[in-house]
Amino acid sequence: MIRFEDVSVTYDGAAEPAVRGVGFEVPEGELVLLAGPSGVGKSTVLGAVSGLVPHFTGGTLSGRVTVAGRDTRTHKPRQLADVVGTVGQDPLAHFVTDTVEDELAYGMESLGLAPEVMRRRVEETLDLLGLAGLRGRPIATLSGGQRQRVAIGSVLTPHPQVLVLDEPTSALDPAAAEEVLAVLQRLVHDLGTTVLLAEHRLERVIQYADRVVLLPGPGEAPVVGTPAEVMAVSPVFPPVVDLGRLAGWSPLPLTVRDARRRAGDLRERLVASAGGGSGAPGPVAPRGAAARRYGPAPVADAAPTAGAAGRRRLFGRRPAPTAPTPHPHIAEAHSLSVRRDRIDALRQVDLTVTPGETIALMGRNGAGKSTLLGSLVGLVAPTAGSVTVGGATPHRTTPRDLVRRVGLVPQDPRDLLYADTVADECAAADRDAGAPPGTCRTLVSGLLPGITDGTHPRDLSEGQCLALALAVVLTARPPLLLLDEPTRGLDYAAKARLVTVLRGLAAEGHAIVLATHDVELAAEIAHRVVLLAEGEVIADGPTAQIVVSSPSFAPQVTKILAPQQWLTVAQVREALG
Amino acid sequence: MAPPDRGPAGADRAVPRAPGEPRYLRPSRRPTAARTRHRTVVHPGAWWLWSLSLGTAATRTTNPLLLALLISASAYVVATHRGATPASHAYTAFARLALAVLLVRLLFAVALGSPVPGTHVLLALPEVPLPHWAQGIRLGGKVTAEALVFAAYDGLKLATLLICVGAANALAGPTRLLKSLPGALYETGVAVVVALTFAPHLVADVQRLRAARRLRGRPDRGLRGLLQVALPVLEGALERSVALAAAMEARGYGRTAEVPARVRRTTAALTLGGLLGVCAGTYGLLTAEGGAYGVPLLLAGVVAALAGLRLGGRRSLRTRYRPDPWDARAWLVAGSGAAVAALLTLASARDPEALHPGVVPLVAPALPLWPAAAVLLALVPAFAVPPASAPEEPS
Repeated sequence: MIRFEDVSVTYDGAAEPAVRGVGFEVPEGELVLLAGPSGVGKSTVLGAVSGLVPHFTGGTLSGRVTVAGRDTRTHKPRQLADVVGTVGQDPLAHFVTDTVEDELAYGMESLGLAPEVMRRRVEETLDLLGLAGLRGRPIATLSGGQRQRVAIGSVLTPHPQVLVLDEPTSALDPAAAEEVLAVLQRLVHDLGTTVLLAEHRLERVIQYADRVVLLPGPGEAPVVGTPAEVMAVSPVFPPVVDLGRLAGWSPLPLTVRDARRRAGDLRERLVASAGGGSGAPGPVAPRGAAARRYGPAPVADAAPTAGAAGRRRLFGRRPAPTAPTPHPHIAEAHSLSVRRDRIDALRQVDLTVTPGETIALMGRNGAGKSTLLGSLVGLVAPTAGSVTVGGATPHRTTPRDLVRRVGLVPQDPRDLLYADTVADECAAADRDAGAPPGTCRTLVSGLLPGITDGTHPRDLSEGQCLALALAVVLTARPPLLLLDEPTRGLDYAAKARLVTVLRGLAAEGHAIVLATHDVELAAEIAHRVVLLAEGEVIADGPTAQIVVSSPSFAPQVTKILAPQQWLTVAQVREALG
Repeated sequence: MAPPDRGPAGADRAVPRAPGEPRYLRPSRRPTAARTRHRTVVHPGAWWLWSLSLGTAATRTTNPLLLALLISASAYVVATHRGATPASHAYTAFARLALAVLLVRLLFAVALGSPVPGTHVLLALPEVPLPHWAQGIRLGGKVTAEALVFAAYDGLKLATLLICVGAANALAGPTRLLKSLPGALYETGVAVVVALTFAPHLVADVQRLRAARRLRGRPDRGLRGLLQVALPVLEGALERSVALAAAMEARGYGRTAEVPARVRRTTAALTLGGLLGVCAGTYGLLTAEGGAYGVPLLLAGVVAALAGLRLGGRRSLRTRYRPDPWDARAWLVAGSGAAVAALLTLASARDPEALHPGVVPLVAPALPLWPAAAVLLALVPAFAVPPASAPEEPS
């Protein structure tokens, strides 16, 4: 259905080709996953299928790409529109009209289908994707998962044979992601649609893939095979594969179910090495109620890692608070309510943050996570209740004063960056924070080794941008650090670096609050998890307790090794010695 | 493959069908009629004609009572009939703008004086002496009640016009109106729609980036803050435009049919000739000596341009999904508006004093009975059209 023959793409002005020597074939009716670290050209390969590369983006494409027998050299994207449906990373950028029903019809109108055909297909698609209740709604009012489904529906109505998706679940909460993936699987199974998708969060999609095309590095030729074969050699892999490699299972398990079936002996080894003979030992057995909230030591990873020790020098200006401080809470919210646009974004939320603590805020898209972070940093004024951060009321504090108390890395870290070069950005950050010159640059060198002064922030990858924004925020040395969806668009390597950095900061006494959909990240670093739903706190407690009891927020390792309570592969590795 | 599935317009283009079709094509489980209740809508053009007619009627009078009646009639219809689209909030925005216009007009009358002679001096501002080349301009001076009332009448007329345009936006957003454009103008229409969605995105971007400035520890208010985010905002807007263009291209925007060269040339000739005719005809109408050839030339131009558009539509493959029908209700809505405009125009010619109450000497405006009854015709849509039901909430 899709055939790449020795394809190389060089963008205008680039010295090196973005992808080189790509050759593979996707048979009809398969779901193929395109995997690989950031910056290996996944989006370029996807764009070549729809013809947007090179017709729209410019650059030179050598080799040959054919889709359903049509050569993209001779067919422009608009002439492929009836065989290829493309959904980009940001569904909002995809919408042309303003209501759901019109959006579903738009593609068919462009192709000139008869009105009665359009009418029927719109109804069918509304049912297929479960959008019937939303048909008249303005797109601007939909949640992230609903938008993604509308975007898929809008390319589905012309009945394309090929569906191309770029990170369809990255921005979604676990439940919404499953919703979208269920739809994709239904398309593949029921309609025989060929699906090619790129995704960083392999733990969500690998089980649905028939085959995997792995781009191991920039300019390297792709590795094609079944998911199990490719995962054995892949530099990017989900926790279930990591655990499988650790335990030496072959072939590698790809689903929690597969892994659970084999995990009997691993559970026994873990019990033996832990030295306990009870039914559910594990390192994170529930603690007493007294220690539940403000337990003195982090629950999930009591021993600081080597990385954290290394970072200690870097951020070492702030001594880790060992003695109890007179003001035990760095931030407090009491019955905080926020009402915006006639919607209760937060209702009666109570939250306390102690120094050295890492808290993960989790919950659906639109549950109020970002609003809570916004009110902690003074972007959102409370409608009722109170917030104090370091003894000050955030929305009444001047920005200059506030940056020394609390820092927020927003969802898109690029929002924080204005300057043309990294050096200018650092100098500006020093001035803004009133820090001695060079403070920010030292932080950048620690977080991002090998970055040059003259680099333009827009040329940085997602992970590098995040690190730069983090350094800018840390320049003022705020004791409370907030992060909104920090792992969106990060590959596993960038995520691992972020985890090391955040652990280091927590060990120095920074309190960290992060809003995230990434259960694996929360399991790695959070001491406490706060679950939000419809603006209310529905659960607040140690990570192990909260995630173990929740089917959608439990990380893979927990699911595999239940009833023992393990959260991450690192813990298991350490326990096995 | 199911041939009857393809309409006449799609007959010569291969739109492949996926295997497994029968399962996909199962009949929808719920009756369609129940779910399409809120689609019983009036053609957007009818609403625009109605609103613009009310606006035309407003320009015929300065009687504040009649203008207030016009505003109330339009407000009532908007309140009962606007949908739940983002455009429906436009009415409040336009109402605010109208109020601002009225206030600015009054402020100018106070600060710059007014040519209206008056005897009731309300207050005397110190007059700023201006050099001789600025003769005819006055700053400050006496403020008379007559001048203020005259300015208020005038401002209210303009405000009513704006509110009527707001009503058009609220009842049928410009995007819905553009969907009814002829096929040849479709691509222009999409460009306008994209431009219209641009502004709200821009506002959201400015807010987000000003918030980000606060996070950097810089003041988030003031002009300087706004200027510093201007560049990133424009960059973001540009990026979004490019992404949208890519998405539209990938979804088949701009697919055209092959048309014979002869048809293409005829289209170009008709359109150009028609536009020239319209220009020349308008010029003829406006100049004193061109009265004879003005009207026929204008009409011929319009006909030629319309024929050109119709022929040009052949290039476009595009079909319409559920076009809004122009039915009896649409006639009624458009007709009621047109009747108001026509009757008020007639009244202003017959009885100018009633529709333009005098300010010198200052008299209380009286409500002329017949024109007021005519304005009430604008309420016909409120009773002839079933009110828009809110779209279903997600389950």
